[in-house]
Amino acid sequence: MNKYVERLYNGIIKENPTLILMLGMCPTLAVSVRAMNGIGMGLSTTAVLILSNLVISLLRKVIPDDVRLPAYIVIVASLVTVTELLIEAYLPALYEALGIYIPLIVVNCIILGRAEAYANKHNPALAVMDGIGMGLGFTIALTIAGLLRELLGNGTAFGVQVLPDSVEPIGIFVQPPGAFLVIAFIIAVMNAIGIKTRQKQLVESCDGNCSMCSTICDKAGKEEKA
Amino acid sequence: MKSLILIMISGALINNVVLNQFLGICSFLGVSKQMKASASLGGAVIFVMTIASAVASLLYDFVLKPLDLDYMKTIVFILVIAALVQIVEMFLKKTAPAIHKALGIYLPLITTNCAVLGVALTNVQNSYNFLESVLAGFGTALGFTLAIVLLAGIRSRINEEDLPRPLRGAPIVMISATLMSIAFMGFAGLSF
Repeated sequence: MNKYVERLYNGIIKENPTLILMLGMCPTLAVSVRAMNGIGMGLSTTAVLILSNLVISLLRKVIPDDVRLPAYIVIVASLVTVTELLIEAYLPALYEALGIYIPLIVVNCIILGRAEAYANKHNPALAVMDGIGMGLGFTIALTIAGLLRELLGNGTAFGVQVLPDSVEPIGIFVQPPGAFLVIAFIIAVMNAIGIKTRQKQLVESCDGNCSMCSTICDKAGKEEKA
Repeated sequence: MKSLILIMISGALINNVVLNQFLGICSFLGVSKQMKASASLGGAVIFVMTIASAVASLLYDFVLKPLDLDYMKTIVFILVIAALVQIVEMFLKKTAPAIHKALGIYLPLITTNCAVLGVALTNVQNSYNFLESVLAGFGTALGFTLAIVLLAGIRSRINEEDLPRPLRGAPIVMISATLMSIAFMGFAGLSF
């Protein structure tokens, strides 16, 4: 397979950031109330991810290794601010629906994780393809979760009534608890059909799962043993 | 006075940061394996979130707003939080080694905890003044600590159960979080 196409396949299926790597759980749980919100959040994050991968890949020989994480954070935060202003100006309805979770794209583990694990080691073209693949993988996962919650909790899909009126929607699925429940069962189904996920990282790592946290975690683990 | 207490209660219980707002999920699920670790992380979060809310509020009111740099808040806040965590760690190491030892390894993790940035941004969004911001930060951190300690308690019991295979690992932890979240929905009645 062409190595550029391979990046897309890797991001969407093989290492899907949400479903396989279990990264970026906060936005997944928070905005999956409706399928449309999932698509909006997913595409906003994709835009930031593509640009941050591109910029970081271009600057990979310029940024000194010691201060790379603060440098990445500044780059990502600037891109997020630009994205936020654009969404506010052109898509006010989406801005209203996503609210605080747009600026919080800055701390989305997927973005710093890809910067650290991929973009700072590869050329810009590959980094951009990686950003597109990972971003689409995230978008698809968010949309699936959003669709399930919207269908069960509201009887609609993308705002269109799907379930007949005789089926009573289960309100809890569009409330906060529904988010945990739907994701729990998505992972359970993946377990049952034998898809390997890195869920252990999610529930047993010392914090988050971006490479940034895990380096600190290793240190923490050693200190605790000593 | 009543509104100040309400801000704190709302931060801790009604709009619980993890169970209702979904911030700080990474550490909520990741660190809740052991009770001791979750309590230490909770302590560190209370410490950092209160200070971060205070500093962010001052910065916003006296620097960003007068200079009309409102749009810079995300960049400024994330850098301030990262720097603040470093400073707090160094300060504690020198002045209060006992506290540093208890919270030590969990302090650096907090930089990537989205709840801290989330609270700073929410405070600005709600146009809270200095005192209100500090209390909101403290209340939110209290809510985080409560949630993570409770989940650690639940998880220590789940470990001894014989679960269906597909539910082992992350799913059962998330299902526990679901039930906690349902329980916390009851606090919505407190909003007066």
